[in-house]
Amino acid sequence: MKIFRFLIVVFPFLTCNTLASYAGVFGFNKVAQDTSTFASPFQEENERCFKCHGQSKYEYTNETLGRLVKQLMYSEIIIKREAFYKSNHKNFSCTDCHSAEYAKFPHAGELRMEQKLICIDCHGGDEKFAQYHFEEIDAEYKNSTHFKMENEGFSCWKCHDPHKYKISVRNSDNLKETIAYDNSICLHCHSNFDNFQLLTDKEEINIIQKHEWLPNQASHFKNVRCIECHTKINDSINVSHLILPKEQAVRLCNECHSQNSILMASLYKFESKAQRRDGFFNGIILNESYVIGANRNKYLNILSLILFVSVIGVIGIHIVFRIRKSKKTIKAD
Amino acid sequence: MYLYPKWLRLWHVLNAVLFIILIITGLSMQYTDKGNASYMVGFAKAIKWHNFSALILTINFVIFVTGNLLTKNGKYYKISRQNFLNELLAQLKYYSWGMFKGEKHPFPVTEERKFNPLQKLTYVLAMYIAVPLLIISGVGLLFPEITVVKFFGVSGLILTDILHITMGFFLSIFMLVHIYTCTLGSKPTSLFWGIISGYHVSDDH
Repeated sequence: MKIFRFLIVVFPFLTCNTLASYAGVFGFNKVAQDTSTFASPFQEENERCFKCHGQSKYEYTNETLGRLVKQLMYSEIIIKREAFYKSNHKNFSCTDCHSAEYAKFPHAGELRMEQKLICIDCHGGDEKFAQYHFEEIDAEYKNSTHFKMENEGFSCWKCHDPHKYKISVRNSDNLKETIAYDNSICLHCHSNFDNFQLLTDKEEINIIQKHEWLPNQASHFKNVRCIECHTKINDSINVSHLILPKEQAVRLCNECHSQNSILMASLYKFESKAQRRDGFFNGIILNESYVIGANRNKYLNILSLILFVSVIGVIGIHIVFRIRKSKKTIKAD
Repeated sequence: MYLYPKWLRLWHVLNAVLFIILIITGLSMQYTDKGNASYMVGFAKAIKWHNFSALILTINFVIFVTGNLLTKNGKYYKISRQNFLNELLAQLKYYSWGMFKGEKHPFPVTEERKFNPLQKLTYVLAMYIAVPLLIISGVGLLFPEITVVKFFGVSGLILTDILHITMGFFLSIFMLVHIYTCTLGSKPTSLFWGIISGYHVSDDH
């Protein structure tokens, strides 16, 4: 009976879903929230643009008709204030990147033809950004499979929308949120055919079907970024931008599920600088997740080896004594 | 004497085969690296075989428990509290000393007593504690979404995994010792023939 009582107590502790919510109650799953409100020095100036581009509806006085006109804003030129003021470019004025001529309404038709800046235009050759190696990022992008579509309209902005993109992985204290954010960038085109077909004539891709070979697919999608398998790791830049052709994507489980897991040079690159002293290989992964094969424990390895060798030793000694005894018996006979 | 009915022998051989597959694939999942992938089972294949074998093992375990509840086989595992420690020590003494001095087996096999006290204890620990914990923790690893996220600040998955590999390790050691002690019959092979034919031919073990 004691055994069954023990099992009844242990089982829910290990696998009961409700305890996951208890963990939240006890504060184990703290989600960092930005409570600060950013005040842009250009807030007033930018509001001239946001007045129309900040939401799906805008209005203006048509002087020819002599009345107020209400119209819908095209979805791709709606810039959400909240997202912009949380983004990496939140300190900017709209006219830092766009022509000051946009201040006039109606906008002049030729403004549509303005050359759009890309990352390297501002971040390249600048000492302030030298540590991020933008030149190398640019070189990687030019070798990536995405670059092949540059003539079709692919650019940095397809992944890093300058109006809302924010660096997440190296500043995040919630890796799961970062993974979801980063993967949503890929899925913006790869799981949305409207966006996908703008750049290619290929047929629609079903991400779930394409990854059917992957065991525990849902768990992988929640716990690693697409780029873990679809880029070539480069230690000198923070995040690899060399997106590989699909044939070269990582398919071998041991690339991650091993003592020298590639995750330590990608997803856990920033956290791996912190140390754990409890004997787990790649232990930093354990703060967020658990990866079979990558999270061995050296103390348990040593202990199990000692126990195994001891048992073999005892069996060996027992065999020796049995042989000696049988020899004695034969002699006595 | 006829001690091992057909259902028990079928259960036993299936359990043995599954144990071997689970040990090999389990070790492969934990220790296959890029360098040794060629001589261990590849990770993807190991997962597939481990999951499939574990499912069959779980069904086989239910058959074992049901069989023990419904047939007289269950009584052989009952440990009497009276004198058990002394009986256990007597058996240990026999294995480590007495059998080399030509002493008689302290608990010869009869139709009423299939197992000696040491066998009883290890079989109960293995089949009624280690295997259920192994199955429960295995379910937790197979469906990580149902495993508790954190338990007193430590990842629930790590605790579940440590429990799983610890039980797996102890059962592997049990299997090793079990195979060795089965060579202690009247002849080294007689106990193996017993579990194949159903008839026990020696009372030395």
